[in-house]
Amino acid sequence: MSKRKILMSFAVLCMLSTSAVAEGPKAGGVVNAVIQPEPPSLMMGLVQNGPTQMIAGNIYEGLLRYSPKLDPLPGLAESWTVSEDGKIYTFKLVKGATWHDGKPFTSADVLFSIEFLKQTHARARGNLVQLDKVEAPDQSTVVFTLKQPFGPFIGIFEVGSLPMIPKHIYEGTDFKTNPANNTPIGTGPFMFREWQKGSFIRLVKNPSYHVKGKPNIDEIYWHVIPDAAARSVAYETGKVDVLPGGSVENFDVPRLSKLKNTCVTGAGWEFFSPHSWLWLNNRAGPTANKKFRQALMFAIDRSMAKDVVWNGLGKVATGPSGSAIKYYTGAVPKYDYDPAKAKALLKEANYKGEKVRMLPLPYGETWQRWAEMVKQNLQDVGINVEMMATDVPGWNQKVSEWDYDIAFTYLYQYGDPALGVGRNYVSSQIAKGSPFNNVEGYSNPEIDKLFADGAVAFPDAARGEIYAKAQKILVEDVPVAWMLELQFPTITRCSVKNLITTGIGVNDGFRDAWIEK
Amino acid sequence: MISFIAQRIAKAIVVLFALVVLNFFLIRMAPGDPALVMAGEAGAGDQVFLAQLREKFGLDQPLPVQLFLYVKGILSLDLGFSFRQQMPVATLILQRLPATLLLTGTAFAISLAFGILFGALAARFAGTWADTTITVAALIFYATPLFWVALMAILLFSVTLDWLPSFGYETVGANYTGLAHVLDVAAHLILPATTIGLFFMATYARMTRASMLEVVRLDFVKTARAKGLSDTVIQRRHVLRNALLPVVTLAGLQAGTLVGGAVLTETVFAWPGIGRLMYEALLQRDYNLLLGVFVVCSAMVLAFNLITDLVYRSVDPRIEFAS
Repeated sequence: MSKRKILMSFAVLCMLSTSAVAEGPKAGGVVNAVIQPEPPSLMMGLVQNGPTQMIAGNIYEGLLRYSPKLDPLPGLAESWTVSEDGKIYTFKLVKGATWHDGKPFTSADVLFSIEFLKQTHARARGNLVQLDKVEAPDQSTVVFTLKQPFGPFIGIFEVGSLPMIPKHIYEGTDFKTNPANNTPIGTGPFMFREWQKGSFIRLVKNPSYHVKGKPNIDEIYWHVIPDAAARSVAYETGKVDVLPGGSVENFDVPRLSKLKNTCVTGAGWEFFSPHSWLWLNNRAGPTANKKFRQALMFAIDRSMAKDVVWNGLGKVATGPSGSAIKYYTGAVPKYDYDPAKAKALLKEANYKGEKVRMLPLPYGETWQRWAEMVKQNLQDVGINVEMMATDVPGWNQKVSEWDYDIAFTYLYQYGDPALGVGRNYVSSQIAKGSPFNNVEGYSNPEIDKLFADGAVAFPDAARGEIYAKAQKILVEDVPVAWMLELQFPTITRCSVKNLITTGIGVNDGFRDAWIEK
Repeated sequence: MISFIAQRIAKAIVVLFALVVLNFFLIRMAPGDPALVMAGEAGAGDQVFLAQLREKFGLDQPLPVQLFLYVKGILSLDLGFSFRQQMPVATLILQRLPATLLLTGTAFAISLAFGILFGALAARFAGTWADTTITVAALIFYATPLFWVALMAILLFSVTLDWLPSFGYETVGANYTGLAHVLDVAAHLILPATTIGLFFMATYARMTRASMLEVVRLDFVKTARAKGLSDTVIQRRHVLRNALLPVVTLAGLQAGTLVGGAVLTETVFAWPGIGRLMYEALLQRDYNLLLGVFVVCSAMVLAFNLITDLVYRSVDPRIEFAS
């Protein structure tokens, strides 16, 4: 090696080592983010809508967090064990965690939170049905005992699903009218400071956070900007640094991502895996015919919708389960875009051009365009589609009352078929008046049994077989027309580092994030 | 005059009451209810959850009972409780009212002052290039949709030139005080206020111009001229003053919309005002909040009608109060 080369490599080494030092997390700084719409409240135990979870995920914490692969990570619990029969879960809580008002966080708070959420949190109530009892042998230990093994149980401790609620503030009060709801108290990395309705919400660093050295950021401002175009402009003009998934219309994403110092990621949705489909009315009209439903699947060009409407983001769905969640299988009947096949199936289904009412999802331009595209696809194979126009409450009502033939929607899957998939296909979930159950009215005793068995089968390998079978049957039956696994891109300044580290993305808070200066 | 005002107030109260009842039923005719919307936003909701919400909001009661309870509340000046925001409606409205009044008030002042000024100029120099410029500009602003003007203004002044902020009421986190704060709010105010103001400014200009050209031909103007008064005095004291009556009528109408009329502008500019509050309440079927805003807006319209009548009299003393 020549002298020069040695010098060079030394210089490179120096550069590497200095840059390695420079890349460490830095303390300080303010982050401006966008929130849409304005949340009704930040009290996560009472309200679980999207914007609430996004902000309150900084204030509250769950016992566990989840990696992008959905493996459990320590949260307020530092370790956990599961008994061999899969019925007893023992959690060791972190030491030194305190509520924002200084009171210590203990196992008593966990017990209280379970009781609290059973009363107020629809999803937690469902997740906890297999819970027999929960006990706290000491200050930092909690033991959950299940009635029978319930595979998805380890997946229900994320902050939005089971947030920890301070016992000393809520015990013995009327939860819903407690004045403390306006000044939420959690254990999280950031504390609530100020809320100017209609303008912004301000969070500040929790100086006594239980993870040493975190958070790095001093303050977060969440700006309420109701107009989608104004939100992109706010980013463009440098007034906000973070556009969480879904805050701008999809057609603005390519333009914004080309801006200087801008990073875009689709990560952070693995836990929710928003899955979009068309609810087909299985009870009446042409959509009650299985052949007709299969024809729809062949008639709709889903990969073109992905490329044109969603700018290439997301994935064409293959069936009821998203590819990121547990026990997904791609080994199911395929429905590639094939208008000729669709026409043939329509003939077999004896479709005579009856009117089919289609209900788009009133969530902005992107969804509207998607509906128009699907309408075009369906008309091309000779289906007589009529679009229905509604606003959000009207959509909720029409869907809840089964007053439609084809309706756009998307639902979260919460990482496990037993938590977020089965509810759309089992007959016990057919109930008028709610838009989050088996709205299409599909009823198949075999599927009912598979989902019932799948939830409690033990060990995990047994669950996999059951769900693979269920997916095959469903894809053959087409109770709904699966469209895309959606991906809502998070757009940030590249100087905001380490923002998305887990499977719930921005909702997991800014605990690990830092700003490069 | 006192009895005139008293009579008008009595009538206004009856009208307001009728409006409350009418609005109550109109809103309930829209499909969907707040419980479904809130469950929808949460992305989950079983029957228990929906039933809990409906019971809490009193939506499980028959409609006449709900109306009775609501009217009873209104009579004791209680506007009710917002379902979604979990706060008294009156508090929510009072929080937002100052921002809206600042915005629409500024727009009102801008449009009235410049509208009359430009209108008078156009009339004074009728037929010249100045008149043509003003008339064409007024026509353009009259015909252009507000939201488009707003977006173009943002593109030009915020994105391209970076002179003015594109959203919000103040620079969040800057913690300005005193004069700096006033200037900061003013900078945020310019774009939205001008956007709203332009339309009315154009209307006033066109109306002032037409009305002045009509008055200028009347006999008393000739008399004034024969008396040897200067042209400026004639234009200002004799022509403009007489020409202003239709403008006052129109200003009265605009003033009525001061509270509720800025939905679009407030949304585009993220201005934390009543218009947005109302729009969001509508989308969320937050009945009490929506009705509350309606009540306040209606009361405002009625009040401004009364004020307009009084202003008429001071502009033109020939108008008398018939009781």
